[in-house]
Amino acid sequence: MTEMPPPPMSLLAELTHRCPLQCPYCSNPMALEPRANELTTTQWIDILDQAADLGVLQVHFSGGEPMARPDLPDLIRHAVGRGLYTNLITSGVLMTPASFAALVGAGLDHVQLSFQDIETANAEHVGGMKGAQAKKMAAAAMVVADGMPLTLNFVIYRENVGRVAQMIDAAAQMGARRVEIAHTQYYGWGLRNRDALMPTREQVEQATRAVEAARARYAGRLSIDYVTPDYYADRPKPCMGGWGRRFVNVSPSGRVLPCHAAESIPGVKIPDVRDATLGAIWDEAPLFTMFRGTDWMPAPCRTCDQREKDWGGCRCQALALAGDAAATDPVCERAPAHDQVTAAIARLPEVAPPFVYRRYANNGDDRH
Amino acid sequence: MMDALPLTPDSVVRFARGVRLQHDRVRDQWVIQAPERAFLPDPVAVEILRLVDGTRTLDAIVTDLAARFAAPRDLIARDVMEMAADLVVRQVLLP
Repeated sequence: MTEMPPPPMSLLAELTHRCPLQCPYCSNPMALEPRANELTTTQWIDILDQAADLGVLQVHFSGGEPMARPDLPDLIRHAVGRGLYTNLITSGVLMTPASFAALVGAGLDHVQLSFQDIETANAEHVGGMKGAQAKKMAAAAMVVADGMPLTLNFVIYRENVGRVAQMIDAAAQMGARRVEIAHTQYYGWGLRNRDALMPTREQVEQATRAVEAARARYAGRLSIDYVTPDYYADRPKPCMGGWGRRFVNVSPSGRVLPCHAAESIPGVKIPDVRDATLGAIWDEAPLFTMFRGTDWMPAPCRTCDQREKDWGGCRCQALALAGDAAATDPVCERAPAHDQVTAAIARLPEVAPPFVYRRYANNGDDRH
Repeated sequence: MMDALPLTPDSVVRFARGVRLQHDRVRDQWVIQAPERAFLPDPVAVEILRLVDGTRTLDAIVTDLAARFAAPRDLIARDVMEMAADLVVRQVLLP
C-alpha cells in the first residue's frame, strides 16, 4: 500500500476562460473552454466544500476573468463560511463600485490585480483593450480605499522589461501591500509568442538590479516578489512547489489538474470533478501520482542533490521543449535537452514579431 | 507611508486586514493566513497571537502569559516585544 500524500494547501479555481483582455502570454491553455462547458454555481460550491474538508487553506478565484461570472460573490461567501482564505486574481477591467461592494460584502480577503505595463499605450496594446488601464487604476483605488490588501502583478516581457523600477514605484504610490514582478513563463500562449516576448539576458539582469534596488528602498513597506525567467537560470524552478504537493487546479469545465498547463500532458486520463471526489483524485489519479515525489525521475535528476528542492522543474516545459513530460526540465544546465533552451535564446530575432493574441478565434490545440 | 513608531509595552497591536490566525483542523495546527501565503507560527508566536485582539496592550499580553507559563516575566516580555516587532515588519500585525 502506498503512503497517502499530504493534502493540498491551495485551490486554484479557474471559474471561466472568458476575459475582455487578450494578453499574448496568458497562462490559460491554448484550447480555451467555451462558456457552455463551464461548471454551475452548485458544482463550484460542492468543490469548495470538498476542498475545505480536504485541508485546502486558500482558494484563488481566477480565470480568464473571474468577475465575468455573476455568481462570484456567492462563491466567495461560501468559501469564507468554510474558513477558506479567499483571493481574487483579476484584471480589474470589470470592477465597478457596485461589483466591488458585492465582493467586500461576501468577505473577500485579498485582491491580486494584474497590469500589462505601467505605460498606458503599450499596456493596452498588449491587453488588446482600449481604456483598460484607467479601469485598472480605478480598481486599485477602490481596493485600497476599502482597506483590503492589494497585490499588483506585472508580467514582464521584452517591451516592458526596462520599466520595472517605475512599476514598483507606481505600486507603492497606489497603496499596494505587495507587488509581483513576474517574468513571462513560456508555455501555451507564452511559448507561442516566445520570440515576441523573451527579453535578452542583459535586459533580465537590469530588471533584477531594479528589483534589488527597490527592495532596499521599500523595505518594511512594500514586499516585492520576483519571478525570474527560468530560461536564463542554471537550475529549474520548483514548479508549483512540486507536482501534486501543494496546489490543485480546477478548470472551468471541472477538470482537476496539478497545474494550469497540465492538460497538455499526453497519454493520461484527465480527472474530472464529475467522476470522483477531489480527495480521491488528489490521492490516486494517475495524472497526480505520475510525477509526484522523486520515484519517477530520470537521470540526472534521480541522483541530483537538488531533487527535493526543484522536484525536477516543470513537467509542461519538459514536454514542450524536450518532447517528453518525464524528462529533466531543459532549463537545467544538467538536462540532456538543455541545448533547446540555449538555442531558443540564441535565435531570438532582433525585431519582435507581431503577437498571436489570446482569443477564442486563435484557439489551438496544445496537446502534442 | 509613515515609518512605524517603535513598540512599547503600552502599544496595542492588531492583525493587519487580510491576515488572521486560524486553526487548521485537518492538520491540527495553527496557521497564519495572509495574502497568497499561509505560514506556520512557532508555538511561542501562537500563544502571543491568540491574545492579540486589538484592545490588549503588549504588557497585558505579557501578564496573561506570565500567569500561565512557568517562565520569568522579563523573559516573556522580551519574547513578546521581539515577536511583535518582527510580525509588524512582516505585515502580519499593525502597531
